[in-house]
Amino acid sequence: MQALDIDYMLGLVPVLLGYIPLTLGMATAAMVLALILGSLLAVERVVKVPVLDTLVMLFISFFRGTPLLVQLFLFYYGLPQVLSFLTQINGVTAAVMGLTLHFAAYMAESIRAAIIGVDRSQWEAAQSVGMTQTQMMRRIILPQAARVAAPTLVNYFIDMIKSTSLAFTLGVTEMMGATQKEAAGSFLYFEAFLVVAILYWIIVEALSQVQKLLETRLNKAFAR
Amino acid sequence: MIDVQGLSKRFGDTAVLNGIDLTINDGERIVVIGPSGTGKSTLLRCLNFLDMPESGRLRIGDLELDVAKAGKADILAVRRRTAFVFQNYALFANKTARENITEALIVVQKRSRIDAEARADEILRETGLADKADVYPAALSGGQQQRVGIGRAMALDTELMLFDEPTSALDPEWVGEVLDLMRRVAERRQTMLIVTHEMQFAREIADRVIFMEGGRIVEQGSPQQLFDHPQDPRTREFLKRVG
Ligand SMILES: Nc1ncnc2c1ncn2[C@@H]1O[C@H](COP(=O)(O)OP(=O)(O)OP(=O)(O)O)[C@@H](O)[C@H]1O
Ligand SMILES: [Mg+2]
Repeated sequence: MQALDIDYMLGLVPVLLGYIPLTLGMATAAMVLALILGSLLAVERVVKVPVLDTLVMLFISFFRGTPLLVQLFLFYYGLPQVLSFLTQINGVTAAVMGLTLHFAAYMAESIRAAIIGVDRSQWEAAQSVGMTQTQMMRRIILPQAARVAAPTLVNYFIDMIKSTSLAFTLGVTEMMGATQKEAAGSFLYFEAFLVVAILYWIIVEALSQVQKLLETRLNKAFAR
Repeated sequence: MIDVQGLSKRFGDTAVLNGIDLTINDGERIVVIGPSGTGKSTLLRCLNFLDMPESGRLRIGDLELDVAKAGKADILAVRRRTAFVFQNYALFANKTARENITEALIVVQKRSRIDAEARADEILRETGLADKADVYPAALSGGQQQRVGIGRAMALDTELMLFDEPTSALDPEWVGEVLDLMRRVAERRQTMLIVTHEMQFAREIADRVIFMEGGRIVEQGSPQQLFDHPQDPRTREFLKRVG
């Protein structure tokens, strides 16, 4: 076994750090969009609008039932062939779109479970004072559901950050793509991928700490 | 004035309300008593459309409707003319005591925040909870929660306040303070329809007591008439049992 080229590894760190904004940017954008879409899907699954409900169930089932990589290829390489207005789509946009739809499907299920878990008395109290369905959801039910769903949603965000590495298969030079290029130049594959693995690991660990803080904060606020 | 005619409700195959006729005058305080499972809660819940009645006519002030044909807008209109005090308080868990009161004033009645908060503070003082304004329900005793629950209903200034066993879930030590608050509400000649097992309280504040059984009003009258000279054997039987 050969010794690790430590100097090469240390030199690679600042190069890869430069790609963190893109990696986190894609993850954050997809997270925000997935949260919005996931909440809408979840509310629909609870309220059950006829016809729409079937479509939503189909959507969730498809995006949970197929690999993310397949979905990304379908968007980036496949869709432009059938929808000509998509020819201009770039890799970053396609990746964010794919991550959004994929994770929205998963989040919808968690948020739905959290909504259903909100005590019946909360729904009745909101109705009794004359709130509309939307007011009740926005002001009373969703905030309480969010508290229950928050830890799970942070887990999805962590998963999302790791999944942005798949964007390199769409030709995006993000952290993983950059590592791939560096490694191909130096032939030091083990060193290069070890560095990027450690970088992902550090980011995720930092987020887990934030998650713990968030949980204590949330538990200190209104109790059940 | 509130007028209910032929109000009926069934859950599946069981008829729970069998054509309730009831006229409530402005400022009248009515107590409903009766055995368990007789439809007392269902009657109150139907008047707030928490349960959907099946047939009957309902008039609350200037609003009149056939409940079978009630649409979304009618349901909201009825809910906005009635206020409900729940047995289990049902305070909004994500809102402080003050916010529980301001919430509907701002969101439903579209009053300004300043206006709503002034009203809430006034009510918190009346209910003796001024120092609990910023506390979440989970940190309040049962009695304090129910006083906020009553305060939330008072703030709405509705034509009818509905109370469904407001003291039944309370530890005995908190019952007194909640009944005191209800007495104060009653003194203002707020129209009230109250389901309770507190017979002494009923005697004190009720203008009229209604005895229900099997989804029907069996007998009604002043507290003296109903408690001291019940006419129907079923009323007598019930009063004997509850002592
Ligand atoms: N959501 C529901 N689904 C099915 N049946 C119900 C439902 N709510 C009430 N019932 C039934 O309707 C009947 C009347 O119930 P209701 O709660 O109105 O009685 P009540 O007079 O308030 O009794 P209690 O004194 O025990 O509170 C009962 O037989 C009850 O089991
Ligand atoms: Mg009841």
